[in-house]
Amino acid sequence: MTNPLLSVKDLVIEFPTRFGPLTAVDTINFDLAPGEILGVVGESGAGKSLTGSAIMGLLDPPGRIASGEIWLKGERIDNLPNEAQRAIRGRRISMVFQDPLTSLNPLYTIAEQLIETIRTHLKVSESEARKRAIGLLDDVGIPAAERRIDDYPHQFSGGMRQRVVIALALAAEPELVIADEPTTALDVSVQAQIIDVLKEQCSERGASVILITHDMGVIAETANRVAVMYSGRIAEIGPVKDIIQNAMHPYTVGLMGSIPTLAQEEDRLVQIPGSMPRLNDIPQGCAFNPRCDRAFEKCRIDRPDLIDQGTRQVACWLYDETVLAKGKIA
Amino acid sequence: MTQPLIKVANLTRIFDVSKPWLNRIIEREQKQYLRAVDDVSFEINKGETLALVGESGSGKSTIAKMLVGLLSPSKGAVLFDDQPMRMDTSDEMQELRKRFQMIFQSPYASLNPRWKVMDIIAEPMTVLGIEEDQNQIAKRVDELLVLVGLSAADGAKFPHEFSGGQRQRIAIARALSANPEFIVCDEPTSALDVSVQAQILNLMRDLQDELGLTYLFISHDLSVVRHMANRIGVLYLGALVEVAESKALFKDPRHPYTRMLLDAVPDLEMAGREHKEIEGEIPNPINPPSGCTFHPRCPFANERCKNEVPKPVQTQTGFAACHGVEEGRI
Ligand SMILES: Nc1ncnc2c1ncn2[C@@H]1O[C@H](COP(=O)(O)OP(=O)(O)OP(=O)(O)O)[C@@H](O)[C@H]1O
Ligand SMILES: Nc1ncnc2c1ncn2[C@@H]1O[C@H](COP(=O)(O)OP(=O)(O)OP(=O)(O)O)[C@@H](O)[C@H]1O
Ligand code: SF4
Ligand code: SF4
Ligand SMILES: [Mg+2]
Ligand SMILES: [Mg+2]
Repeated sequence: MTNPLLSVKDLVIEFPTRFGPLTAVDTINFDLAPGEILGVVGESGAGKSLTGSAIMGLLDPPGRIASGEIWLKGERIDNLPNEAQRAIRGRRISMVFQDPLTSLNPLYTIAEQLIETIRTHLKVSESEARKRAIGLLDDVGIPAAERRIDDYPHQFSGGMRQRVVIALALAAEPELVIADEPTTALDVSVQAQIIDVLKEQCSERGASVILITHDMGVIAETANRVAVMYSGRIAEIGPVKDIIQNAMHPYTVGLMGSIPTLAQEEDRLVQIPGSMPRLNDIPQGCAFNPRCDRAFEKCRIDRPDLIDQGTRQVACWLYDETVLAKGKIA
Repeated sequence: MTQPLIKVANLTRIFDVSKPWLNRIIEREQKQYLRAVDDVSFEINKGETLALVGESGSGKSTIAKMLVGLLSPSKGAVLFDDQPMRMDTSDEMQELRKRFQMIFQSPYASLNPRWKVMDIIAEPMTVLGIEEDQNQIAKRVDELLVLVGLSAADGAKFPHEFSGGQRQRIAIARALSANPEFIVCDEPTSALDVSVQAQILNLMRDLQDELGLTYLFISHDLSVVRHMANRIGVLYLGALVEVAESKALFKDPRHPYTRMLLDAVPDLEMAGREHKEIEGEIPNPINPPSGCTFHPRCPFANERCKNEVPKPVQTQTGFAACHGVEEGRI
């Protein structure tokens, strides 16, 4: 990738405990191109939100970045002093959360909140900021924006509130928007609207998006690339179409098969036996090995890193050249 | 011809959602009522799975509760094997209660955290007086644990020692312990990851085949419903707008709301698909629109739709309540 907007290098996130540190995110690597939408999927506890929070500089203590680097347009941002990090947060990187009410202050009108965000980050007059705020609300599909801008958050429906949050996230013209389960709390018929708005408005502004979700369907229809996370690591990352049509990592294969689809009727869904390990109980070698029907000796000893496979990368020994050369796999 | 096990006729439930008396006097407000379930009729045949789909607030859980006698209808009736469902503790009702069970959405809330798993599973047997012999009960609990893919040793543990998917298995074992014929499942997998969901859905279908169970399966996820149901009922603002056999509903949805829902579902097979822009959100149920309650969002709405409540019109495998379908213009 030439000149990525964002580079995450060997990111490790830990929680200190009485029994030693728990590694929740373990050596994650990925790049994000300008204007690209990267989907992040994985089961609950896989480390999706932590990764997003770390990039945003909003990791809640005691969680901490134990090692690794985060680069934004050629500038390292994970080790900046608080002040400098705050300047990036909200301005160059912004976030949309699952519950719109976590991003909106119930005591202030939408106008007050939008104008404040705009003026904190951009040098514009009050009246110019108000004009921009109305334009933003209009862009995200709030009808009669000029009038509704002086309403309070509680005067909007759930879907409308999430539109306002997207407007707020875009207000400072960020280069990257991190959306963590932005539609999980919304009605099905509204979810598609919100995803459409997010996608359209970010692409119009050239902003990149990291879209974190449980819902592979949302990613299929929205993202350019997808990172599949399992137990704190990236199992497979690459173009959405390639991965949906031909998953390579055994976990991704299982995950895709377990999703019921509208297009076809299947008698049984693919079932991955067992469940994802807890943080204090991650097996040696490949974290997926106890559940993997293709595991072999090496999987129980060594942990696989991402291996280049054409357009994508896969963290699985099945694709390792020396393993392949030895013909170890049936 | 298979026999209907459940007959639901003109089921209606109205909630009083007025403010407290004093506030009403001071603010000069009328009493307010919410029609959560509005004149719903359907039947479920023995061994069949009928699914109810609908967005949040459409009345799914309210119907479920009335079906198992946890809530009394304002109007209409539920017949179980031709006997009326009531909320009292008469002998007939107690006999009837042995024949059905309910599984809830949250595997966390529905299991008593202070009880051992074996006691949780045994409870329906003891409460309904189905088995008194302690050895027999213990034997049955072990069988049930194995049946749902856990081990007999798990009976001695507490709920917090299990993952979400395992807890839902415990809830299923509990529901099966009294040998019911009919199980109402209210969003049994909504709180679970897709890979865990696949395990539970497969399990529920296997159990149905083995034990000849009848299910009412409630979900807001159309792809899950497609996987589970023989027939599907679509709810909007408390009313059943369409009922059809599963295949027919997905191939040829008749009601405009069904079409909209199908179009809104993000789906794996449809990477890159353009959604039709869906207008608006679900209206306030306290003050629903006149005529067909879907008319403000319906692309086919006309004058008649605004004024007249549509009656069910027969379709190939069920019915649709829509003027457009009746008039042959949809
Ligand atoms: N404050 C904390 N203390 C200890 N462990 C934590 C803390 N916050 C998160 N974790 C653990 O870190 C892991 C990753 O959490 P994260 O929130 O990133 O998961 P996620 O992939 O976003 O899951 P979900 O889909 O449920 O949101 C989990 O195992 C979680 O239990
Ligand atoms: N006890 C109650 N008092 C007042 N209103 C209620 C009560 N229970 C439900 N309602 C209302 O009745 C309507 C239907 O609620 P219900 O819980 O049946 O919906 P649902 O389809 O199960 O939704 P969800 O998908 O969110 O579970 C909603 O508008 C709800 O607010
Ligand atoms: S490395 Fe081994 S255990 Fe891990 S996914 Fe690949 S084959 Fe399975
Ligand atoms: S009755 Fe009219 S408004 Fe209602 S769904 Fe049919 S066409 Fe649309
Ligand atoms: Mg999360
Ligand atoms: Mg419900």
